[in-house]
Amino acid sequence: MPRLTQDETHEVRFTLNGRAVSARVSPRLLLTDVLRHEIGATGTHVGCEHGVCGACTVQVDGEPVRACLMLAAQAEGSEIRTVEGLAKREQLAPLQEAFRENFALQCGFCTAGILMTLDALFSREPDAEEDTIREALSGHLCRCTGYVPIVQAALAVRNRIKGGPIDA
Amino acid sequence: MKPAPFDLVVATDLGEALEALHQGGTEARVIAGGQSLVPMLNMRLARPATLIDITRIPELSRIEATADTVSVGAAVRQTTLERWEDLADRLPLVRAALPWVGHTQLRNRGTVCGSVAHADPSAELPLCLIALGGSVTLRRRRKTRQVAARDFFQGMMSTDLAPGEMIASVTFPTHRKGTGYAFREVARRHGDFAIVACAAIARHDGSATLTVGGVADTPRTLDLPAEAADLDDRLNEFAWHLQARDDLHATARYRRDLVRHLGRATLKEALSCRD
Amino acid sequence: MKDNATEPFVGRSVTRVEDQALLSGHGRFMDDLPIAAGTLALAFVRSPHGHAEIRSVDMAEAAAAPGVVAVITGRDVMARIRSMTVGVKADVECWPMAVDRVRYVGEPVAMVVATDRYLAEDAADLVAVDYAPLGAVVDPVAALAENAPVLHPSLGGNLINERRFRYGDPEAAFDAAPHRIGIDVTYPRSACTPIETYGVIASYEPGEDAYDITANFQGPFSIHAVVARSLKVPGNRLRLRTPPDSGGSFGIKQGVFPYMILLGIAARIAQAPVKWIEDRLEHLSASVSATNRQTRIEAAVEADGRITALDWDQIEDCGAHLRAPEPATLYRMHGNMTGAYDIRNMAIRNRVVLTNKTPTGLNRGFGGPQMYFALERLMDAIARQMGLDRLDVIRRNLVPANAFPYRTASGALLDSGDYATALNRAVDEGGLAELCARRDKARAEGRRYGIGFACVVEPSVSNMGYITTVLTPQERAKAGPKNGAQATATVAIDPLGSVTVKVASVPQGQGHRTVLAQVVADKFGLPLAAVRVLADVDTMRDAWSIASGNYASRFAPAVAGAAEIAASRLRDKLAKVAAAQLNIAPGDVTFEAGRIGAAGNPDNSLSFARVAATAHWSPGTLPDDVDQTMRETVYWTPPELEAPTAQDGINSSLCHGFIFDFCGIEIDPETAEPKIDRYVTMHDCGRILHPAMVDGQVRGGFAQAVGAAFLEEYAYGADGSFQSGTLADYLLPTVMEVPEPLILHHETPSPFTPLGAKGVGEGNCMSTPVCIANAVADALAPDGPAPDIVLPITAAKLAPLIFGDEPVSKEPVPETQAEASANGRKLTGEGRAVVQASREDIWKMLLDPATLEAIIPGSHGVQKVGETRFKADVTLGIGPVRGRYKADIELSDLDPPNAVTLSGRAVGALGNGGGHGRVTLTDTAEGTEIAYRYEAQIGGKVASVGGRLLDGAAKVVIGEFFRALARHSGGGGAGSGPLARLRRLLQSIATGGRS
Repeated sequence: MPRLTQDETHEVRFTLNGRAVSARVSPRLLLTDVLRHEIGATGTHVGCEHGVCGACTVQVDGEPVRACLMLAAQAEGSEIRTVEGLAKREQLAPLQEAFRENFALQCGFCTAGILMTLDALFSREPDAEEDTIREALSGHLCRCTGYVPIVQAALAVRNRIKGGPIDA
Repeated sequence: MKPAPFDLVVATDLGEALEALHQGGTEARVIAGGQSLVPMLNMRLARPATLIDITRIPELSRIEATADTVSVGAAVRQTTLERWEDLADRLPLVRAALPWVGHTQLRNRGTVCGSVAHADPSAELPLCLIALGGSVTLRRRRKTRQVAARDFFQGMMSTDLAPGEMIASVTFPTHRKGTGYAFREVARRHGDFAIVACAAIARHDGSATLTVGGVADTPRTLDLPAEAADLDDRLNEFAWHLQARDDLHATARYRRDLVRHLGRATLKEALSCRD
Repeated sequence: MKDNATEPFVGRSVTRVEDQALLSGHGRFMDDLPIAAGTLALAFVRSPHGHAEIRSVDMAEAAAAPGVVAVITGRDVMARIRSMTVGVKADVECWPMAVDRVRYVGEPVAMVVATDRYLAEDAADLVAVDYAPLGAVVDPVAALAENAPVLHPSLGGNLINERRFRYGDPEAAFDAAPHRIGIDVTYPRSACTPIETYGVIASYEPGEDAYDITANFQGPFSIHAVVARSLKVPGNRLRLRTPPDSGGSFGIKQGVFPYMILLGIAARIAQAPVKWIEDRLEHLSASVSATNRQTRIEAAVEADGRITALDWDQIEDCGAHLRAPEPATLYRMHGNMTGAYDIRNMAIRNRVVLTNKTPTGLNRGFGGPQMYFALERLMDAIARQMGLDRLDVIRRNLVPANAFPYRTASGALLDSGDYATALNRAVDEGGLAELCARRDKARAEGRRYGIGFACVVEPSVSNMGYITTVLTPQERAKAGPKNGAQATATVAIDPLGSVTVKVASVPQGQGHRTVLAQVVADKFGLPLAAVRVLADVDTMRDAWSIASGNYASRFAPAVAGAAEIAASRLRDKLAKVAAAQLNIAPGDVTFEAGRIGAAGNPDNSLSFARVAATAHWSPGTLPDDVDQTMRETVYWTPPELEAPTAQDGINSSLCHGFIFDFCGIEIDPETAEPKIDRYVTMHDCGRILHPAMVDGQVRGGFAQAVGAAFLEEYAYGADGSFQSGTLADYLLPTVMEVPEPLILHHETPSPFTPLGAKGVGEGNCMSTPVCIANAVADALAPDGPAPDIVLPITAAKLAPLIFGDEPVSKEPVPETQAEASANGRKLTGEGRAVVQASREDIWKMLLDPATLEAIIPGSHGVQKVGETRFKADVTLGIGPVRGRYKADIELSDLDPPNAVTLSGRAVGALGNGGGHGRVTLTDTAEGTEIAYRYEAQIGGKVASVGGRLLDGAAKVVIGEFFRALARHSGGGGAGSGPLARLRRLLQSIATGGRS
């Protein structure tokens, strides 16, 4: 039984956006801190560190979760996806493109978490209803947009996934 | 806002976890989803010396159904239960309540048993467990015991769990034909802790229960005939009996108002959907 | 949308140049910036008390902790800096860290510098501060009372500034008017709470005595002077930089400046760069909030509803310190105290008071929400009291369209507008008639439905001199005039002929870079992507002024205007260069599609880049009257922004937009929850440069206003304890709580700005809370006196009005109460138990340390320090929440062996608590009954972050004490009898003996 002692660091391995990564962590190190400050993936932001604001949302094994409420050591062996993994090379994914076209971000600080939630939602449920979209978004705080364009962007990308054209 | 230091034991079978828990005594805590515990760690409200991660223990990761019951293991995430294909048929009340538990991002990691262990008086899952007359299976080294939910919850975040003991599973009695269920809740915002949450069960024999969370220190149940003539009086007495308190989000009076009004509506809904 | 090369970009919703990076996780926010090797982390020790003397700070244990480089107290800081400048004449100091006394929960008391943040926080926990609590005052009116606790003894009281103003002849107008109508308004505290918190990185170079500070500061850069003065360096020894991206601010990030000073000192002491990222608990308790205000407003009203005079009495609560630029919140609206109305007479009394709360600072709306809440509630009261139609009262008082530019009674020069037309269009296009029909139908069905209105003049581009209105004309004359609003912009051309724009506007999401690219690309006939824009600031390299920064909605009217002027100047020069090369007159030169050419002759043209780069490659060929075309920096300040007049008239802002809102709100009959059914908001923000961004600003302001109206409040206990310390307590609206408003526009360009644009984005924070309040008032009481509405409007507040008198209980139970708002977190409760021991035996136990040790929950080492006084270390808590406390226990009012009062005080890392309980012992048939009644108060961190659970937790802990006492008295606790009986007994104690 592995006991990770508090005075030492321990290796944790997981995949980040499809790439194997490892880091030395103390047991108390939060996943947000290892992503941002050990690995340097600063696209995931930290807004409250108590699980309310949603800015730090990442996908762990395909499901959106709060990275601030997860110990880095608990990520051992998991597949983690962050906002850096959405675009293919330099081409924005349709979801990101819809955000741009609908002006669904202003300061962009909460955006990464929202994108990870919506990306996971549409992977599971490509034709999600607006209520479902809102329900998923309710776990995120945005202080700039008033949410309307975020919902519009989500609906636009859903329609695009469904095969229809999307117009901004 | 970073946790104080602790050792982390990543247990891979139940024996290991129980041994570590035994050794850690009162300074050890189980972590599963961590959705209640990690905020407290980050704020340093909780400073356990040892955390025992039980999420990698296969025997705790199961949902087990018998003819009359559904048992949910301590590592089963709320989302897993939410997506369990038999949920609507077997546990309609839980199905109605689960979407009210925090947000989807929290349910993706949070466990059913973790919410029960945390014993927040506003939480939906302890409310359902009490309403349905469920039980909690507790394990410690060389000992297993089962406690009725109504005895397990002892107060605000206080339970019957002894040092060295952990929840292995919770067991819900399942739906019987002729019973109707309803769940309603009022919170400041969608996903917030309930100001008042109501779970009503109306049985084919004409009896009913209303279980209310968010008011007293634990969820409390009122037994009554489903079509009591003096329903309003009973609800009013119950509301007062819960000894509601003022807090930042609601007054005691408003909580009593909700027990009276939301409670009535929830009962009516349960009555109307008996199958 | 495709960028069409022939149409101008300005006025179109082009996609934002900021977005690709932000959407890909490549933003460069404060905590994303690379840091120098060896950069240290900092954590603060903060006050758990609202008001207390600091008796001592023991740093020894912290200093010896792993990784710690320095532990710094307020006295250490004070020894190296000057007090921060205070904006009024008053005998008071303002330090960035507490010195000898704390005045609000969260005030920095010490800072720990360590090799990483985790270790810094570990050590911060080890700093032992001994406090002597003082009486606190949190209500601004109470703070003015004779016997109120005084925060700053040097002031002799809590009133730090008072001024009275008189415009026109208000006394005569009130005497002449047939009606005098007034209301009292309480406006609570809220804050804009950006999702990114404060962050600062500082370093110090001793050889140059220079500080290099990077912070997600937003301006105004007048604060640069405050920081440099405090650090005792000339301005050129303070290099202040901002990161390229900032995660929202809405005013709040102006308030980071005390931390710039502290981090600078920390870096100097630690001899290494130091970084601090504020955490959310720090942000909520100790960044800045908006002011709360108590207002009495009265109007002199003619029979038809025409208002001839206003009389304002405002008491502004700026918290524990008056920090720059306060009391600006109170004075920002000074020229606009008549709102959208043509009212010629006015009296104003302004008082600024200090209380034991977080210091205040910039917040979206800045003074407007507080002021319009009073004014527009008054308009509603006037209509009610006189039995007039609400819209008629508004219409009769609007500034007429032919009166612009219109000088208000208190000196603002309203630049442009047609308020009546905008209002009428909103009524038509927003469907007011249909909304009224919905209301009438709802009411006919017995539902509670109301409609509210609000009219607002939204100021933008602050006059840097408005704050001096707080000084008397004599004081101003002595200090010299202050006025204006210098905006700066640089347009530069590099050797390859590409264009860069640099401004000091420090955006936090407003898309400044996109709009400037639009403005400049249009000027040069270039594609949007050809223009690159930088909007972050480096005070050592960039052109800036005290007015620089992102506040007072100044970007579109001022900064974009300055860029337009800079680009025009460069274009005029390039036209001359091109004219010489093309052999045409400069007047015939056109800039189109990346080429500079002759009008009407597309063949006679040169590439823009070639002409533009001439000054780099071949300066000798430039025409004689062109010096260079490489860089043009423009400083622009509007002449209309004059210093206050000798009569205290002040044109506090350059531009004045207009907003008219109306909404329909229904109150749920079952839950008393208010819900917005429809919201219409009409805006005149002058010329619109980017429609989607303007609507984005409107929606964003609207969402924050919905939060202020229904959810958000900085709640304090009477003892100064802060109760909204987490985002589960300070509630920001989510997608579920914010409806989509219908946004309408009516454009009257400003004659005073280069592009005709006015500011936009703050207005709904001014109009929406009061529009909602008016609608709720209409739902509650359609006619008759206006109900008092205090934000946030919660279902709990509405419940008594919706449900009426509460039915009583036939079998009342003893109440356990927690009065959260009125008396701090004061908990009361009671319980009883019957035990098998005599009164005398129990009495002896209560005076015996060994017994106390056994029965005080979690106690270790109870010491008797006097006949009736004890000290103990205790570990208290519930569930996983446990903390160690030092406790003092005293027994008093001894009536042996019948009754005794137990008082206790506990202090620990998680907070502090105190309480007393009366214990009575009575003989009964079953044994001795121990009955207790207690009162307790809890403050500090646990009150800030755990308020929701606190009352129950305290009850558990107190119950545990008496359970233990009963068990102990019973002669052996669990072993003595059947388990079930014991559990029943414990249960009965814990629940007050009833359930």
